[in-house]
Amino acid sequence: MDAPHIGIENLTIAYGDREVLHKVSLAVPRNSIFGIIGPAGSAKTSLLTCINRTIEFSGEAKVGGRVTLDGEDVRTLDVSDLRRRVAMVLPLPVGLPMSVYENVAFAPRRVGIRRKADLDLIVERCLTQSAVWDEVKDRLDMLGTRLSGGQQQRLALARALSTDPEVLCLDEFSIAIDPVTTMRIEAVLTELKAQMTIVMVTNLLQQARRIADVTAFMLNGELVEVARTTDLFIFAKDRRTNEYLTGRFG
Amino acid sequence: MEFVIEGLIRLSGVSAIVFILAIFGFIGKEGIVFLFTHIVEMLTSTDWSPTADTPVYGIVALIVGTVWCVGLSLLVSVPLGIAAAVYLSEFSGERTREWLKVIVELLAAIPSVVWGFIGVMIINPLLQAGGAQVGLNGINGALVLGLMTLPLLVSLGEDALRAVPESYRQAALAMGATRWEMVRLVLLPAASRGLLVAVLLGVGRCVGETMAVLMVTGHAVRIPNELFSPVRTLTATIAAELGEAVRGGEHYQALFALGVMLFALTFVVNLIADRTIRGRAESVG
Repeated sequence: MDAPHIGIENLTIAYGDREVLHKVSLAVPRNSIFGIIGPAGSAKTSLLTCINRTIEFSGEAKVGGRVTLDGEDVRTLDVSDLRRRVAMVLPLPVGLPMSVYENVAFAPRRVGIRRKADLDLIVERCLTQSAVWDEVKDRLDMLGTRLSGGQQQRLALARALSTDPEVLCLDEFSIAIDPVTTMRIEAVLTELKAQMTIVMVTNLLQQARRIADVTAFMLNGELVEVARTTDLFIFAKDRRTNEYLTGRFG
Repeated sequence: MEFVIEGLIRLSGVSAIVFILAIFGFIGKEGIVFLFTHIVEMLTSTDWSPTADTPVYGIVALIVGTVWCVGLSLLVSVPLGIAAAVYLSEFSGERTREWLKVIVELLAAIPSVVWGFIGVMIINPLLQAGGAQVGLNGINGALVLGLMTLPLLVSLGEDALRAVPESYRQAALAMGATRWEMVRLVLLPAASRGLLVAVLLGVGRCVGETMAVLMVTGHAVRIPNELFSPVRTLTATIAAELGEAVRGGEHYQALFALGVMLFALTFVVNLIADRTIRGRAESVG
């Protein structure tokens, strides 16, 4: 087996004195969709934000252990560079206070892409991939924050794709999106994994089941079980995983 | 009981409007007749000689003097004020911010006459050393006004910046923007309305400021023809001359007419501000 794309080694996260993630180790294979499931409070999001260091937005978070990208500790990488390589979509849609077009062109412009034609291409590609192009193509000049919640969510996804990231972290990306659109995006994600590794935190068990290659089950800040998705959903080894998957709690 | 309290609250609410109308009525009563009979002279002549044998009441130079001082003061207060606000809200640590804010508020509490002293005793010789023939001039006034409005701009500017949702900052940073790119491309545009309001309140304050400009501008009625020209403002003219004008006389009325003009000027500034903000809101917000 290849070296993992993302390595999580003995990762511990504490907010103040409260430790929320306890010594979790995971290896995320390249070009796969890696699902993370578990009830609220399992520190799934905290774990995810360690990968591109957006956890540092919370001043009081203390991180122990390490996260590696291609074998390199993410803390040794330039943070702006890291975040272009590891894109993140957050659960609550955040349109930046600029036009739809500029929302998507924002990150490419930062790396020096200036030609209108190049930017046009990127904007169209990303908005198409995030299944929102048809809805916004006639109003690219409109303020991104005026889109509906679901559209802003997809705009955030388009923005995440705009840097051609090698890792895409999705935190409950479909929370504000209708089921039909969710299915369209899931289809796109399945195609995208040829180009990138996708880490997807989701509360929708069926979503993990549909598209994740590998799924990890977390509970109360611990990793209970990680396995190929088909195996996990059919023969979970741990009793707690089984109970969660069959809806006995969570 | 409830009824009484409700009545009192309503009364205090209405009283603000009553006071405004009363002030306007008072100034208008004394000045309006003069304004109507002399309006052409006022707005065309650059000569203000109310005590000459044939008095001339041109206020063009006074308006230009006010605009000159206020406009130049913005060159000082806006960049410094917004930079300081950005530093306080984005870059300083919690502790630093706390004590810097205390100092900024202290700055706001300095009486305007003390600023006049600073202008006369410190800025005056500095400007002379810098090549000005007279240190008491429009630039001195602009510097003093700029420093005076700085605390206002910093406080209001910081409020405007902190009102920008944290999620905008995080979204920009999460995409690999540096902190400076985040400030320049996301934060400042998002806060632009609030910052504009801060600047306009500063302008309002500057237009109405009297004592400090009276002390430091040189008080010469003339349209500035060079950087270090002394100037005179509308407010300073009223303050300096009202005491010696014969009550009810033409000069007295002329000063009240100046008051009306001052009122009109601030009204126009506010109106423009209102329009700009609304225009922005429609195209962007």
